[in-house]
Formats: sequence, C-alpha cells, structure tokens
Amino acid sequence: MFYWHFTGVLLVSFCCFAGAGQDVGRSCILVSIAGKNVMLDCGMHMGYNDDRRFPDFSYITQNGRLTDFLDCVIISHFHLDHCGALPYFSEMVGYDGPIYMTHPTKAICPILLEDYRKITVDKKGETNFFTSQMIKDCMKKVVAVHLHQTVQVDEELEIKAYYAGHVLGAAMFQIRVGCESVVYTVTAWIDKCRPDLLITESTYATTIRDSKRCRERDFLKKVHETVERGGKVLIPVFALGRAQELCILLETFWERMNLKAPIYFSTGLTEKANHYYKLFITWTNQKIRKTFVQRNMFEFKHIKAFDRAFADNPGPMVVFATPGMLHAGQSLQIFRKWAGNEKNMVIMPGYCVQGTVGHKILSGQRKLEMEGRQIVSWILNFQFPALKIPQNNLWIWSSTWLVVFLLEVKMQVEYMSFSAHADAKGIMQLIRQAEPRNVLLVHGEAKKMEFLKQKIEQEFNVSCFMPANGETTTILTNPCIPVDISLGLLKRETAIGPAPDAKKPKLMHGSLLMKDNSFRLVSPEQALKELGLAEHQLRFTCRVHIQDPRKEHETGLRVYNHLKGILKDYSVQHLPDGSITVESILIQATAHSEDQGTKVLLVSWTYQDEELGSYLTSLLKKGLPQGTP
Amino acid sequence: MKLYCLSGHPTLPCNVLKFKSTTIMLDCGLDMTSTLNFLPLPLVQSPRLSKLPGWVLKDGSTFLDKELKECSGHVFVDSVPEFCLPETELLDLSTVDVILISNYHCMMALPYITEYTGFTGTVYATEPTVQIGRLLMEELVNSIERVPKAQSASMWKNKEVQRLLPAPLKDAVEVSMWRKCYTMPEVNSALSKIQLVGYSQKIELFGAVQVTPLSSGYALGSSNWIIQSHYEKVSYVSGSSLLTTHPQPMDQASLKNSDVLILTGLTQIPTANPDGMVGEFCSNLAMTVRNGGNVLVPCYPSGVIYDLLECLYQYIDSAGLSNVPFYFISPVANSSLEFSQIFAEWLCHNKQTKVYLPEPPFPHAELIQTNKLKHYPSIHGDFSNDFKQPCVVFTGHPSLRFGDVVHFMELWGKSSLNTVIFTEPDFSYLDALAPYQPLAMKCVYCPIDTRLNFIQVSKLLKEVQPLHVVCPEQYTQPPPAQSHRTDLMVDCQPPAMSYRRAEVLTLPYKRRYEKIEIMPDLADSLVPLEIKPGISLATVSAVLHTKDNKHVLQLPPKPPQPPASKKRKRVSDDVPECKSLKPLLSGSIPVDQFVQTLEKHGCSVGTLLI
Repeated sequence: MFYWHFTGVLLVSFCCFAGAGQDVGRSCILVSIAGKNVMLDCGMHMGYNDDRRFPDFSYITQNGRLTDFLDCVIISHFHLDHCGALPYFSEMVGYDGPIYMTHPTKAICPILLEDYRKITVDKKGETNFFTSQMIKDCMKKVVAVHLHQTVQVDEELEIKAYYAGHVLGAAMFQIRVGCESVVYTVTAWIDKCRPDLLITESTYATTIRDSKRCRERDFLKKVHETVERGGKVLIPVFALGRAQELCILLETFWERMNLKAPIYFSTGLTEKANHYYKLFITWTNQKIRKTFVQRNMFEFKHIKAFDRAFADNPGPMVVFATPGMLHAGQSLQIFRKWAGNEKNMVIMPGYCVQGTVGHKILSGQRKLEMEGRQIVSWILNFQFPALKIPQNNLWIWSSTWLVVFLLEVKMQVEYMSFSAHADAKGIMQLIRQAEPRNVLLVHGEAKKMEFLKQKIEQEFNVSCFMPANGETTTILTNPCIPVDISLGLLKRETAIGPAPDAKKPKLMHGSLLMKDNSFRLVSPEQALKELGLAEHQLRFTCRVHIQDPRKEHETGLRVYNHLKGILKDYSVQHLPDGSITVESILIQATAHSEDQGTKVLLVSWTYQDEELGSYLTSLLKKGLPQGTP
Repeated sequence: MKLYCLSGHPTLPCNVLKFKSTTIMLDCGLDMTSTLNFLPLPLVQSPRLSKLPGWVLKDGSTFLDKELKECSGHVFVDSVPEFCLPETELLDLSTVDVILISNYHCMMALPYITEYTGFTGTVYATEPTVQIGRLLMEELVNSIERVPKAQSASMWKNKEVQRLLPAPLKDAVEVSMWRKCYTMPEVNSALSKIQLVGYSQKIELFGAVQVTPLSSGYALGSSNWIIQSHYEKVSYVSGSSLLTTHPQPMDQASLKNSDVLILTGLTQIPTANPDGMVGEFCSNLAMTVRNGGNVLVPCYPSGVIYDLLECLYQYIDSAGLSNVPFYFISPVANSSLEFSQIFAEWLCHNKQTKVYLPEPPFPHAELIQTNKLKHYPSIHGDFSNDFKQPCVVFTGHPSLRFGDVVHFMELWGKSSLNTVIFTEPDFSYLDALAPYQPLAMKCVYCPIDTRLNFIQVSKLLKEVQPLHVVCPEQYTQPPPAQSHRTDLMVDCQPPAMSYRRAEVLTLPYKRRYEKIEIMPDLADSLVPLEIKPGISLATVSAVLHTKDNKHVLQLPPKPPQPPASKKRKRVSDDVPECKSLKPLLSGSIPVDQFVQTLEKHGCSVGTLLI
C-alpha cells in the first residue's frame, strides 16, 4: 500500500521560556520548524542573582541530551541578556552542536562573559557559575557567519543573517526549511522575504520616539547645561554599543563648542571596546565607515580614561561608566557619590530591567535603600569544645557585611532612549517590509505588547502571538510541494500560451511519478514509457438513429451545423470525406440499409473523451432541430 | 547554454554566459599589457626620454617620427598609454543582465562596460573587492591624469601603417579598439552599480538562476561563482589559490557536482614556487641595502604587498635592516593599508583570531607605528623632505609606464648599486624595462603568483569532478617557450573545451527538468496508485501559473454551480466545461470479469477479439 504523505500539516511551534516571553530580561526562544529545533539566543537575566538568572533548559528536553534535540543555536547580538547563559548552557548543562553568531559578536561576546564572570565570582564570591575555561570551550563551538551568507546547517535547514544595526555585529536571522521560514529580529530592516513567522522584540512596544537627530540634540543640550552650571554628568552605559556613538557625539560637540570640561570613559573594557569598533568598522554606519581612512572616529581627543579618584574632583565633568542599568560596578559607585547634589545629572541612555537602581530612579523613586559593604574583622577567641577547636587558638575571621542605608537622590534624572531596539513604529515598518504570515512578539512588557498586538492585527490582518514564559505557540503552515517537471511537458504547455479566457483556465495534464522520495511530473505518454507499460486503446462506438430523408452528406452537414452552433468552445470540423470531428471524436453519417428515411450516425470516441462522447450521443439522440440547414 | 569569450587574456577574463533566460557577464578584466608599447609617463620632465630619436621607416620616410620613438632597438608609441578592452561587438552588451566579479584585478574594465554599452543591469561583488578595486582604479586614473600629455598618437593605428611597424607593434591586436583610461566620474558611476554580496550568499536572478560567490583564497574578498538552476550547475573558477596567505581559504567543496566548470586565472608563472620567490625577494633586498643601494619594488597597492610587508616584518630585525626606511608611495597607500585591517571576516583564520583579541590583523600596523614603514600619496610633498637613502620603495605601476615608479627608474637606473625587484607577474619584466635601456641597475625577477598551478588544478578537478571543463586555449597546450613541458597544461577527462578571444562556445548541456510547485490543496486531491512496487503514479490535471520564472500548479477552479431552482433551458448549458482527464489505460485486462459484467448488464457476448 502506498501512503500519501504529501500534505501533512507542518507545525512551527514555539516555546518561549525563561524570560523571552512577556518580560524584559533575558531572551531564549525555541523554534521547531518542519522537524528542526533551533534555539534563538541564550540570555541571562540581570535582575536576578540566583538560579532564575539562567533559562530553565529542562523546558527543551527533560530526558536526553540537548545536542541530540537541538539542530543549532543562534545568537543575535552580544548583549548579555541575549548571550549571557551561553557557557552555562553549553558547558554546564551540555551542548556540543553548532552555535552561530556574527564575527563581531564572536569577538566581543567572550569578553563580556568573562567580565561578568569576574564580577559574579571574584567580587561577589558566588560559586556554581561558569569558569573562564568554560567560556573558552564554549566559544570553540561558535561558527562565525557573514551577513547574507546562507549557512547550510544540514541538508534541509538553512540560516541567513541580515544586518540589524542594533549594536556592533547585531544580526537578524532567517531560518528556513524547505518553503517554511521564520525570521528572528531585534530591530531594523529586512527584505520582502514573506516568512511564515516573524519573531520580533517589543521592548519599546508603545514608545514612538522622536527622530534620532532630535534626541541627539536634546542629549547634547542637557549635558551642556549641566556642565555650564558646574555640575557633573553621569552616563551609565554598557561598554559596547551605544556608548561609542554617544562618545562620537560628545567628542564632535566638544570640538565644535570648544568646551574644556573633561570627559571620561571608565577604563577596562572601554579601550578594548573602541578597538573592536575600529577593526569592525564595516559593521558600523555608512557615515563612519566612509570617513574612516581620513579620520578614525574611534580615536578620541577629548575623551580620556577614568580613574576612581576623579569622581571626587571638583568642577564639572562627564563620565561614561559601566554598567548601563546602575545595578553594580563603577556606574553605581559614582552614582552614590553624586546623587546627593542637585547640580548633577544622570542620563540613562537605555532600558533598565526591573529591580535595578536604574529602573527605580526612572520610575520616580528618589529614596533608595542601598546595600553597602563593610569589611568587619572579628577576633575569635572562644573555646568551643564541641567543635573540637584547639584551645587558646586565636582565630581571625574577616567577612563582608552588608549594611543597608538610605540614599536620597537629588541629582536630576533623565531618560534618553538611545537604545536601538525597535519602537512601535519600527516594528510596524518591519512587518510592512517583510510581509510575514504570522507575528510573534517577545521581550516586552505584557500590557505594551497587548497594545501592539491589537495594532498589528488591525493593520496587517495577520495573526499575532505573545506567548508567556514557558508557553508554546503552535502555528500552522501550509507548504507547497516542489516536484520536478519534465522540460518537454513544461515547454509544451507554455508554448500554447495563456488561456484566452481567464475564466476558463487551461488545464495541464500530466502524470506524477513517485519513486522513493523523488516526485517527477511527466507527460502521461512518458510515464507509461518509463514504466514499460503498453497503452490500451479503449474506444466506444455508438450508433444513433435519426430521421432524416436527405442524402447522407446533407445529413452530415446538418449535424455539423447543429454541433457547431452548440459547442462553441470546441473545435468542430467537417472533413472532406463527409465525416465530422469534435476534438478527437469522430461522427459519420450513413444511410440505413433498410430504411432510406433513417440515417445512422456512427459516434466513436476514446476513453479519454468519455464525457464529451457520451454528451454528444445523448445530444444527437434528441435528433436534429427542425431549422437546422 | 552559450559562452561568449570577450577577452583573450587567461588571467584577465571577460566571458558572457547565456544560461536559461539570463545573460551573465563573468568578470571584466582589462588587458593592460598594451601599455608596454608606449613610452613611460615621467612625473618630472625626463631629458633622456624627450631626446629619444623618432622612428624612421626603412624607406627613410619620417612621417611617424612624432608618434613613434626608438629606444635601444625597440619602438614605442609616444602617447598617453591605452588599454586593450574586451570585445564589445561579439554581442550586444546592453543585454547583459548581471556582471559577476571574482576579484579586484578582474574588474578594471568595468567603467568601459557600464558607461559605454548601454548596460542597465547590476554588478555583484564582495565588499573588499569593491573597496580595493576602487583603490586600484583611483591609482590608475590618478597616475595617468596627473601627467598631462598633449599628444595622442593615432596615425600608427592605421592598418596600412601598422603593417610596416616592427614587432611587437606590428602584431598588436585590435589596436583600433584600444582606449584611453577612464575618468574618476566614470569610475564612481560604474561602482555605484555594484551590489555588495557575502560569501555563500544565494542571489536569485529573475527567479530563473541562482548565483553564489565562494571564497577563492586568492585575494581579500576574491570569489569563485556558482551559477545554478535546480538542475544545472556551472562553476566559474577564476583566480583561486590553495596557498595560505592572508585571505580566507578557498571553498572547494561547494564546487562539486558541476555540469560545467569554467577555469580561468591560473598562475602565470607555473614554474616558480611563491615561497621560494619570497625568500629570494628578501635576500636580494637585504644584499642591495647592505651594499648601500636602493631597492625598488614595482607593485600594485594591494594584494601581495601585504604578504611582502609581513615577511619583511619578521625578517628585517634578523637581517639587520631595522634602520632602513621602507616607503610605500601611492595615491591610495594609506587607504590600502587602512582597509586591509578592517576586513576581518574575509581573512584567514589566524588573522581573524588576532582581530578577536583585538589586534590589527596585519603587522604593517606595527611597522607604521614604529616608523619603519612610511607611506606617501606621491613623491611630491612630505616625501621629498623625509626621503633617506639607502631605502626600499614600494610603488606602482608594475608596467613601469606610469605612476611614481617611472621617477625612481629614471633616478636609480644609472647605478649598479640599486636593484629593481619584480614581484608582480602580470607584465614581462624584460618588456617593462625596455624603454629604460641601457640600464646599470640590477634587475631581479621574483614573480609571486599564488594562483593555482597545474598540479593543483588536476588535483582540484579530480576532487570536484565536473562533467565538462572549459578554459582558455592557453591552458590546453604547454607554454610556447616550454613546449616539452606537457605537465604545464590542464589535463582532464573528457578533454577541456578551449576558447579564444571573440569565440562563442555552445556548452554541452541539455536541461531535462524544471522545478514546479504543487499547491497543497491540489496535492490533497491527487490519487496515487501503486503501479509497481515502490513506484506510484497519479494523474494530474491542473492549472499552470508561471510568474517570474517560477511555476506553480493549482487546483482547477470549480465550475460555478448552476442555481438549483432554475431548470436548464438550453442544451448548450450542459456542454461539459472542460475535459477531465482519464488516466491512460494499461496493464492486464481481466477478461472473464469483463465478460461477466457485460452479461450482467444484459449484453450477450459472442466472440471477444483480443
């Protein structure tokens, strides 16, 4: 028995887990498309310090190895909320398959991971975290991709990266299996690829921002005013990305306005970061790369390295300090020092995750409970017989103690959304360009996403999904079946040209040969020939008696005229020997051997013309109408 | 499938492939060897060149003495140098849909094609190819334009006159087609028609053909191209290298299963080993400098120079050359050095790893930082102040006919202490030197050509197994100077088809199938029958839609149902709408069953004729 398995319904199912869903924090999405499983991003939540910071990979598979289940992992860009869990995933949970990312992401990602590891393990003293070696081993599994390169992951699964411009090396990915495809994007532009599904971030789902130029002007104005009145400006940034562009902005402004106040960039990562920008300048914008030979935009004259002691210097200054959400490190230290003075200003140039100091001050909180660290040394000079501690032994015990104190924020707090995550307008634009059949929103806040979802469904009439964490979304696709058509058959059909009447389209007839997994559409004759089968001719012949005293050829002519009048779309011909053809059906009129007033119409047709043949016989049986000439 | 061959130069190819309904130009190389017939363009008035005697015909007539000058027994045209363009008459170039560029050396004729033939298509090339190609063009235009030469000789081109000239001028082909250099606006306009592509990017042309660039390992961004439909695959291999220098290694695997493989751009010096040549280059350079002489290296501003600088970086300290200045003089020297550092993705693995650190991938950054290597746009300006001898100068053009190199040839040619080292393989060094004779300066020929040699080619062909190989005729016979070296030719089975300039080849390939998509609802309606074990057959009657060369089969529209209430009034309403196809009949006929069925329906069966 042959099983017809052409048209099974294929599923694209989604399992957003661990924060990618209705929550901003960390991205990690599992896509199953036509039997292939692809994990999109492997992010970490910055707001948590416990197990919750990593995605729960048991969602993917409870039993069995991740390597067996996942066909590949794709990382969209180097922000830790998109790649921070990668070493944990590949080295601690265990995954040995391919991980795809662009060259700049591959270069920068391990630096950020190592930096984060240092803060977590070396400074906070946490254990159960990935090691430096794990980061290195993890990066060995990474395959760097070019933009627009079509990467054949296996025979069926292919992925393609598009420029996303979000941060250095950011890319969106098209994932394709056969004629089904999914596009995963964090921002920006794509060609009209009509995917079955578009997955997009919706961090700024409801914000519709002013033009970039306006925002830049506003930013410069605020910085300038603060510096003019002798205040200090703190700009918490992530080491790579927005920071470099803001530096270029300030550098040129300082140059133009001939300002003297110092600009600092907190050291460590940043010099290295600028170096990455220099070497990967082809990934930055057109303007920067066009002029790079004359002047490398990332060699700054006014911006100098920051030293901790500078924070206490009197007078105005501008400091870029990491990290960007004021949740730890240098930016937080400086913030504490400067928060009390109303002359100062903090400018938050990006989104802040809930739970961070950045988020608190942006939501208007002005009194913050801060944790301070004090090193307290205890001298233990007790005797614990039960613990068998040797007598009279002096124990010195140092430990870090957390002290909670209240910080009052008097400095001005400004929010400037410079982050290149797509805003509502951008997302709508993206959908207009890509023309997806379905949209899935991730990485946003539930309320805002709901708003956007409605808008999308109204405007584009496509289904829009916004799964919660751990939720699986299933989307039905309707794939076509590609087959091979013999060129002879195709040329025969196209040579006839299009049907003259659009309402009655021309039919093409062929035989579909199925052998193993190959499908070939050939002409019926060729199919029989290939199968070594002889064709049987089945012919039906029917005699129709009609009353007509005229001569045979006159009867023939009458039949011809009658049929011609009715069968307007068929080729009806009167042959010289008196017989009539309708397409391939033959009609001959002969005199009845006994009755001269009766004529016998011999109608003959093949099995292929059965419909028309039986129609003709029944038509002729009704006789010829009176008026037929 | 046809191939129009517009260039006779095997390493500067220009072919047009007609494939399915598309017309694809493969490379547009500019043959610059024509410039060797011209006198050099000196930057500073050269008394020697201006005093050269005019050429006099055997019969004593002197009407050509303004156009032709004689130098040490060779005759040169005293005019702005001209280039030999690809054929423009063989087919209407305005019908070319796309141009695929394989590397920056093979795009130098682009402005002639895009600006003068009515070309309206798209050019595809990788980003490094475009950027460095632009630099090469800029340098070319700059070095010719900055020396205004009033005279433009044309009399000698007259066929009757040319016949009388000595070789090689007598034998120069298509001199009437030789053209002067293009201008910067033309370069800009030509480059604006380029669309950037990445390796392994699949580019659809009109839905009929897909083209894909693959890394070819020869230069930054250099590519081979796959041109394929669902059933045919043509590989265009042009300028490939298996040596590990700075570019990304060659992608060989993707060339497998080609129906036709077009092979161009093999090494021009098949007998020289590039590694050995680099060694010789270094030792000759060191020897000259130690003896107090200067070294002149005529070169292109990009490509092998990066490798030479890298070798020197490792070599100079051990050779005690740390105090010798290295000068790189070209209007695009700075850009070339800077650009080389920003194409991390196009570099070999080692260099990529350096960028990840992050460090500049090429050590010339350090040479510049430590002031060992200095670059200048020209000999004028800063260079004249900084210039210290003995020194090493890298400058163009390798033909020695224009560019700053002309100045150094005139300046250093008279002293036997100095050495000129030829590393670029594009020009015969003896021909290049001819207008400078007699010359006291030492000449060393170390051609470094990293492109495939014939041993590598036969290995490659064995591995990728193309059905047919097409190559320039030069590759199907041993080099003319070494006719016994039958190993210096392409050897494959079946023998390679060869082409020469202005020839049209019909490529031996016949398509038999095409891809068509069956819509899901149509597929649902099909009823397959198993005819033989494992083989099933379904009869398909469907509507064929063809758009953008994509074919789709759809379910025929249902005939509109006649309203149930109305009785049919006319017979013609009942005419069958369209033929519904019955399968062809075949197989054995169950005679008994047939007879029984007939009898059941009241037919008496007498004799059955089978």
